[in-house]
This record gives sequence, structure tokens and C-alpha cells, in this order.
Amino acid sequence: MSLNRRGFLGLTTLTVATLAGCGSAPVSAPRTGGRLRAAFAGGGAKEVLDPHLANLFVEAARSKALYDKLADLGTDVSPQPRLAEKWEPSADLSRWRITLRQAKFHDGRPVRAQDVLASYARILDPNRAFRAKSSLALIDLPNSRAVDDRTVEFALKRPFAEFPNALAAFGAYIVPEGTEDFTKPVGSGAFSFVSFEPGKSVLVKRNPDYWEGAPLLDELEFLIANEESARTNALLGGQVEYAHDLTPTTARSHASGDRMAIHRAPNSAVQAFAMKLDRAPFDNRDLREALFLLVDRPQLVESVLAGSGQVGNDLFGKGYQHYADAIPQRERDLDKAKFLIRKAGAEGLTVKLDTSTAAAGMVEAATVFADQAKGSGLTIEVVQGNKDSYWADTLKNGSLSSFRSGAMPIETHIAQRLLKGAGTNVTKWNRPEFDALYEKAVSTSDEGARNEAYVEMQRVLHAEGGYLMWGFADWIVGAKPNVGGISDAPANTLDWARFDKVWLG
Amino acid sequence: MSLASYAARRVALGLVQVLAVVTLVFFLVQALPGDAAVALAGDNPDPARISAIRAAMGLDRSVSERFVSWLAGLPRLDFGVSLVSGRPVADFLFAGIGPTVVLAALTLVLLVPISVLAGVLAALREGSLLDRALTSVSVALHSIPEFALAIVLIAVFGVQLAWLPPTAVGADLLTQPAVLVLPLVVLLARPICSISRLVRAGMLDALASDYVRHARRLGLGESRIRFAHALPNALAPAVQQVARTTDWLLGGVIVVEAVFVIPGLGTVLVDAVAGRDLPVVQGLAVVFAVTTVAVNLVADLVAFRLAPRAEVVA
Repeated sequence: MSLNRRGFLGLTTLTVATLAGCGSAPVSAPRTGGRLRAAFAGGGAKEVLDPHLANLFVEAARSKALYDKLADLGTDVSPQPRLAEKWEPSADLSRWRITLRQAKFHDGRPVRAQDVLASYARILDPNRAFRAKSSLALIDLPNSRAVDDRTVEFALKRPFAEFPNALAAFGAYIVPEGTEDFTKPVGSGAFSFVSFEPGKSVLVKRNPDYWEGAPLLDELEFLIANEESARTNALLGGQVEYAHDLTPTTARSHASGDRMAIHRAPNSAVQAFAMKLDRAPFDNRDLREALFLLVDRPQLVESVLAGSGQVGNDLFGKGYQHYADAIPQRERDLDKAKFLIRKAGAEGLTVKLDTSTAAAGMVEAATVFADQAKGSGLTIEVVQGNKDSYWADTLKNGSLSSFRSGAMPIETHIAQRLLKGAGTNVTKWNRPEFDALYEKAVSTSDEGARNEAYVEMQRVLHAEGGYLMWGFADWIVGAKPNVGGISDAPANTLDWARFDKVWLG
Repeated sequence: MSLASYAARRVALGLVQVLAVVTLVFFLVQALPGDAAVALAGDNPDPARISAIRAAMGLDRSVSERFVSWLAGLPRLDFGVSLVSGRPVADFLFAGIGPTVVLAALTLVLLVPISVLAGVLAALREGSLLDRALTSVSVALHSIPEFALAIVLIAVFGVQLAWLPPTAVGADLLTQPAVLVLPLVVLLARPICSISRLVRAGMLDALASDYVRHARRLGLGESRIRFAHALPNALAPAVQQVARTTDWLLGGVIVVEAVFVIPGLGTVLVDAVAGRDLPVVQGLAVVFAVTTVAVNLVADLVAFRLAPRAEVVA
């Protein structure tokens, strides 16, 4: 079963495409009507309609159809206002005043400041474990208040310039105040709920009163097909019009056919190896650099991603806001790598590379990399672990592991993975001066100074960090050639799996 | 021993077997690396978040405490609540049993007549061209794994020729029976061989037996000898094989469910194990254990009835 279903996706450097990405077949002008059937990987045991519990891609896509957040991530993974019409920080960045749009829930009630506060209070409930909790944790809820029905004033526990990133956090949806029963979900999204069969389908219909304009489709049906081959076959057999998350191999074999249009969201998921800095052997900076120079990135992209991707430069967030693209691209340099391995005294050493099938392509990438390391003096031994507990295992154990991540703002990546005490610091990066730079970035309202701090942090990471980010995979979606309006924005951003702009030609 | 007391003893033994199976499954799943909290946290394995999920799910209670409270619910048919989604486990079981039973029942309805007919025909024409053709075809089908056959059938009849729907995604199995054709072909391919071979062998044995020779000497009609005397004896061994096939079908054939997108018990099981959703796994273990015991009991009773001389051991 393809268990590549939890991840988050990556980014793209392209602007939002309003037309189908790769069409050899012509797509008609936008038109209204019809039911679009979309096949996603699911997992009956986990499927829920509570948007705060969303975890799988299909849950994220359904939540997006039914609900809104205050903000969401644009194509460059910067926060864009959604239910929030605007946000205004106080001079010291510790109080944020949010003005809400004039929007209505599906039952006709207006979206009010109280609904926002109640939704966030639910997510922050200390007895529960919603995914958005850590992102919203800096809100000082008792001191936040509804100024009037359409104005919320958030008090923060510390000044934070990137607060809009938190408003766009995964799962931070606004639900009507007091909602605990999600069997018939009521949101403010572009589609309203019709029916739900767990493990099988969710049917939603056009919300004619959507604040951003009614969707083009009459109806939208989310169907579950866990196997990638089944999603492809269902699309080819005319049983669905949209198949989410296809493999590069499928894309390659159908790219030239007329039965399926392939839509690629470039640079969507970063592919990497993570070295742990707090233990041997990668506490040695020379050895980390040796690995950076040992890897043949174009070969990995060509073999593991079947060409559906781009090389990485050991930095997260290519194409995102604040990405340091002035840093030169690393190339393979076997001689220098050999020299550094000798210098580090690691000649003849065997290093275990932990990997698993928790995400597509990780085992293949590890195998290819182990092969590329042959003849360097260092031996890489691929060890395959349990896929269901892989991420928790590699956070604690081993010294070198496969890693992947989807799109999130660069600030979020740093806060969750690279600060002292960060919850998922897999490389065990721990530098007080780096933490200070981060503090500086998020506590200044000066855009230029903030960007400079981010670039400086990335320079340090590029030179000495533990992430060997070798590539960015395209996110691949298949659709009937007559489906228009599919965006190529990275997964987990606003326009990914967004169906209110899609039409059946 | 009477049929009734024999059945009662078997039911009592069956209950002990079910209990043993669910206990074993509980502790085997415990032994898997990671728990539901780790599986749910996925690629965001923040230890603080995992411990919060663990507390919210009640996973911080001891293993034996959870097992005992789960067992206590069983007599009331309370299978507990799914850790991950919070829905009752019974919901998952009911949702999965429907498609699985539909597939199993249709497969058996087709399987039994086809394989008995093939076996009898082959036995009556032993060594003929028909016998050899039936043998070759059924053995050939038996040698193809389900997934391979499924992929080929989908590619040819579902996608290339577009005669049949390639998957059952989003379909209602009963109102759109066309989606069942390819899965049924795949499910039939292997059991037809094993059962028809057993019927053929049993029929040959029976036709060569003393009592058939005796019936012939008495001057009974040939078709009466074949179908009233030889066939029931020939079927007794095949009944055990039909039982094993039924059990296999009721367990939810995971490969077929996955390839054709039929959300039956096999799919529920795969999802539950991947999510370490222990109460759901436990509920399935009860269902599988009960169906195995029940199907085998029925098979033994049928065999007993068909050929009363056959030794039936509890």
C-alpha cells in the first residue's frame, strides 16, 4: 500500500497556473456544472471529518473544501489572508488585530470573532492533541478578545513577526463556536456537506454564498483508493476525473497519451538524508561536508524521481519566500570527498543509513546513495526499518537516516526542526548563535532585516548543517483531459487540491 | 455420538479457540514497534505531541489493564472504540463485513457448481482429451498469483478494451454488479483447481470402490450409481477444501480488495494494523476467529452427513 499519505508537500517556484499544467489536450473555457470525482489514498481507520484532526491528504483536501482558515499558504509558501481580511500587529508585535471577512457558515450564521476564538481554544485544549496546537501555542488566549463580531485581538506570549504563518497552520480551521459533533460538518468553505461513508466517499455540493464566489462544480465527490495503481486505473476507466498522488513512473508512461493529463507541482517534497550532529561520526564537520560532496544529485533525481524533480542545495524551501538562492549549487566532487573522509579519520568506516517505505522513494534513494559512496573510503549500509514508526524511530536513533518533508514556511521548518528544544530536531542542530538569529528574525518588523537574518541562517546551515537535501520531487496528479483549473501549487498550500476553481469541460 | 452432542462439544471448544486467538493477537500487536500515537504522529513525531496523543487515547494505562477492560466488554458485544477515529469498532466491522460477504457468497455460488461439474466430468472421462484440457486449464489458473491475474485482467478488460469497470471505486456492489465481474474471476481462479481436483480424485476412488461394484452387480442404473452413490462420497473430502476457501474469502482477500478498491475486512485490517488501532485489530480477530471456527464446524457436520462412515474427530 502506498503509505506516502501523510506527508506534506513542497513548494514551487511557479506562479499559480490557472490552466491545466501540461495539456496536450485542449481544455475548454471555464464552465459551471457537473460532479467531479476525485480519488485519494485514505485509510478507513483514520478518516474523520473533524478538520482539526486532519492528518491525511484526503482529510486536508476535504477540510479545505468544507472550511476556511484565517490565512493559508500561497504558491511561494508565504501566508495569504483568507477568512482574515487583514492583520495589523502592534508596534512590538505582541498583539495582533485581525479583521474578518463578511462570511457565512453553511447554516446561514455569520462567521464571528467568537467562532475564531472558540476554534483556537478547542485546538489549544491541554487535554487534546490536535496537529495545529504547537503552531498556535504562542497565543495567550485568556488575554485575547473579540473586539466586535468581526474583529479579534490576539495577545501573544512573545513578540512574533511571523504570526500569520500560525494562522495558516495545518488544521487551524475555523468551526462554528461549540461544535463537537462533526457527523454533519458545517463550515464556511466553498462546498457544503452532503454525505459521508467512512473509508469510501464524501460528497459535497456547491456553496452558492461562498465569500470568494461560488465554485464552478455542482458537486464534488472524494473517493478512497489506497493503491496508486487503482487510482490510475479508475481514472483510465472513466470512474474518476481526478487521481491524486501518482508515481513518476505512471506520469512518464501516460504523459504522451490522450487518456490522462498529468499535472505536476514542481519542487513539492524535499528529499534528503539527515545526519545527527550530536554523535559520532557526523559530529565531525569534515565528514558532513564529505557526504555533501559525495552525493550525485542529478543521478538521484533521474533514477529515484524518474526525472520528476529538481536537484536541491542542502537547504529547505527552494522557491519559497526567504529562500537563499544566491548560495552556489553544490556539485559532486569525489576527490575532495575522499580527502575529507581521510582527514576525518573515517576511512574504512561503515555507516548505517536508516530508511523505510514510510515515504515513496526513500529506500531507492538510500540504495542509490550507498552505491554512489562506493570507492570513497566510506561504506554506507542501508538498513530498512518499520514504516509505521519510522519518523519517531529516526528522531531518536541512529546517525544517518532518510528524510522527506512537504511544504511549510522556512520559518516553520526552522522553528520545528532546528532550534534548541524544537520538537522534531532530527539532525540535533543546536547552536545558541543560530537561535539568536532566529529570535532576531521573528522579533523585528523590518522586512529587510528579517530576510537578512533568514539568509544568514541558511548560509550557516548550508556550510555546516546536518541535512543533505539532494532534491525536490514534483507532486503528480492525473486528471481527465477535460478537467480545467488544476493548479500546480505545492501540496499543502492553498491552491493544491483546491476544487472551487476547477471545472469539467 | 449424536450430531447434537458432537456440535455442542465443538461450539464449546470453538469459544476457547476464539479466546486464545484474541489474546494472542493482542499481545502480538503490542509487540509491534510503535503504538497508535506514534503511527498517528507520523512525520511530525514531536515527543510532546506523541505523549499528548497517548494520554488522549488512554494508551498511558497499562497493557493488562487495557486488555482486561476490553475483554470485559466482549460478553456485551462491546468491541470498544477505535483509538484513532473515536468511532465504535462495531461500525468498522459492519462496514467491512458487507463487501466481504457479498464477494464471498457470490464466489461460492459460482465456485461449487463449476468445480464439482469440472471434477465429475474429468473423472467420468478419465484420460480423455476433456480430462486433460480441464486439468491443464485449472492447474494453469492455479499457478497465477491473484495480484498478477488481477493486474492483467484490469489492463486488458478494464483499461484497454474498456468492457468492464477496472475498479469498484465509489460503486455500490449490489446495484452495479459489473464492478464485481473481474474480482470474481480472480477469486475463482485458484480454488476451482483445488476443489475440482479433489472431486475428481474422490469420484475416481468412489467409482472403483467395492460398494459401487456391488451396486453394479445389483443392476442399478449407471447414472443412479454415479450421482446417488458415488458422488456424495466423492464430495466429502472436497467439503473440507470448500470450508478452507470460505474461510479465506471471509477473511477479506487483501490483494483483491486493494487492487479493485473494495473496502472489505481485509482493507480494514491493513489500515488498522498500520495505524496500530488495537481495538479495531482485536475486533477483527474476534470476527476472523469466529468465522474460522464456525465454517469448519459446519464443514465437519456436512461431511459427517454426506459420508457417515467418515471419521470425524473433534
